[in-house]
Amino acid sequence: MGSNAYLCKDVASLTKAQRIIFPGVGAADSAMTSLKKSGLDNALIEAYRQGVPILGICLGMQISLSSSEEGATVTLNMIPGSVCRFSFNKPELKIPHMGWNTLKVLKDHPVLENTDGEYFYFVHSYYPRLDSHVHAYGQTTYETDFISALGQGNFFGTQFHPEKSAEAGLRLIGNFLSWDGKC
Amino acid sequence: MLSKRVIACLDVRDGHLAKSVKFVDTKNIGDPVEKAKEYYLGGLDELVFYDITASSEKRGIMLEVVEAVADQVFIPLSVGGGIRSVADATDLRLAGAEKINVNSAAIRRPDLIDECAMSIGNQNVVLSMDVLKSAPSSGLPSGYEIVIDGGRTRTEKDALAWALEGEKRGAGELVVNSIDADGTKAGYEICLTSMISNSVRIPVIASGGAGTPEHLSEVFSEGKADAALVASMLHYGEYTISEIKSHLSADGHQIRV
Repeated sequence: MGSNAYLCKDVASLTKAQRIIFPGVGAADSAMTSLKKSGLDNALIEAYRQGVPILGICLGMQISLSSSEEGATVTLNMIPGSVCRFSFNKPELKIPHMGWNTLKVLKDHPVLENTDGEYFYFVHSYYPRLDSHVHAYGQTTYETDFISALGQGNFFGTQFHPEKSAEAGLRLIGNFLSWDGKC
Repeated sequence: MLSKRVIACLDVRDGHLAKSVKFVDTKNIGDPVEKAKEYYLGGLDELVFYDITASSEKRGIMLEVVEAVADQVFIPLSVGGGIRSVADATDLRLAGAEKINVNSAAIRRPDLIDECAMSIGNQNVVLSMDVLKSAPSSGLPSGYEIVIDGGRTRTEKDALAWALEGEKRGAGELVVNSIDADGTKAGYEICLTSMISNSVRIPVIASGGAGTPEHLSEVFSEGKADAALVASMLHYGEYTISEIKSHLSADGHQIRV
């Protein structure tokens, strides 16, 4: 896509990055434990403070919030909010929310250009709940409406997986790669 | 709204695409990487590779296929066939597979499901089950039996009980493959699919028997499937993905087009 990507395993390689994609699947607890072990937790917070554009995907977005319902994990606390587990009374509503669902753009953002109404691929049992609607940029409906795209300053996060969302996902990643971190 | 998924299943043997009829008579029908790309560009929602390579020394070929596909295809990629350990699952994940399908090895050692769920996350572990209708005399409560080793070995294990056990052990999704319907193109096994889908809280993928778009429509509405696997009807060019999807949309299903 016209950019050189490399995998960061330590603080030194992260501090060299001009922009950061912060993905993640699995549980918040084990993700935070391994970030702490490598010191990448503080390096990410430092990059955020310095204005490096960051794209958090799925768990990467979730642990960038201020708290997690999942365990009592200490999170990165970049955006005020928490995560909440889907819970339905209807047995036909499967958990995880898995598959392709649409994004409704609530507010313009450079990263979301030309993505309103597109299908993206989701797989998650927890969803973000923001303290302030100011940080909400996109919404998706699975029985209930939840925030599926959020941002503050140079951080942008998606609950869905743009890297697995065909053309629409590649477009979003392209938007992120040309974003200056301001909105 | 969440859409129903159309998933293509590609059986791969020694790095080539194969399609079986009732699990025998496999014929080579092409290059899996090219097919995967074609389907991706055609609007497919998800891909499953099933490795049916017989000899263990040729297993590395599958990792190369997965790597090549993951480089060019940006939809979820699921891989199954011969996964016996967390190490096997991890190799495939590093090659670029999203989801890992466990089948026969999970019957022989059910802890494999728990171990994979713990290590790569529930949502990435798919329990794939091959199911055969059983005779009333068999005494299996659901009327369906699990078979393994590509349909060659009977287990006397009840299909519904196994689905529930798999969910409890941490599978994030189930593939319910009817051996009776496999390759017949006469439609999915609706009773089996709805029975399992109504009993678990995780997504169910129907497999075996698809011949027309109408069959997918049936298995979504009557079979309560969350996703449907297709193989021959696509591989032999009888229908395109967009033809299948237009039919499903016209029938009122939520579909990504």
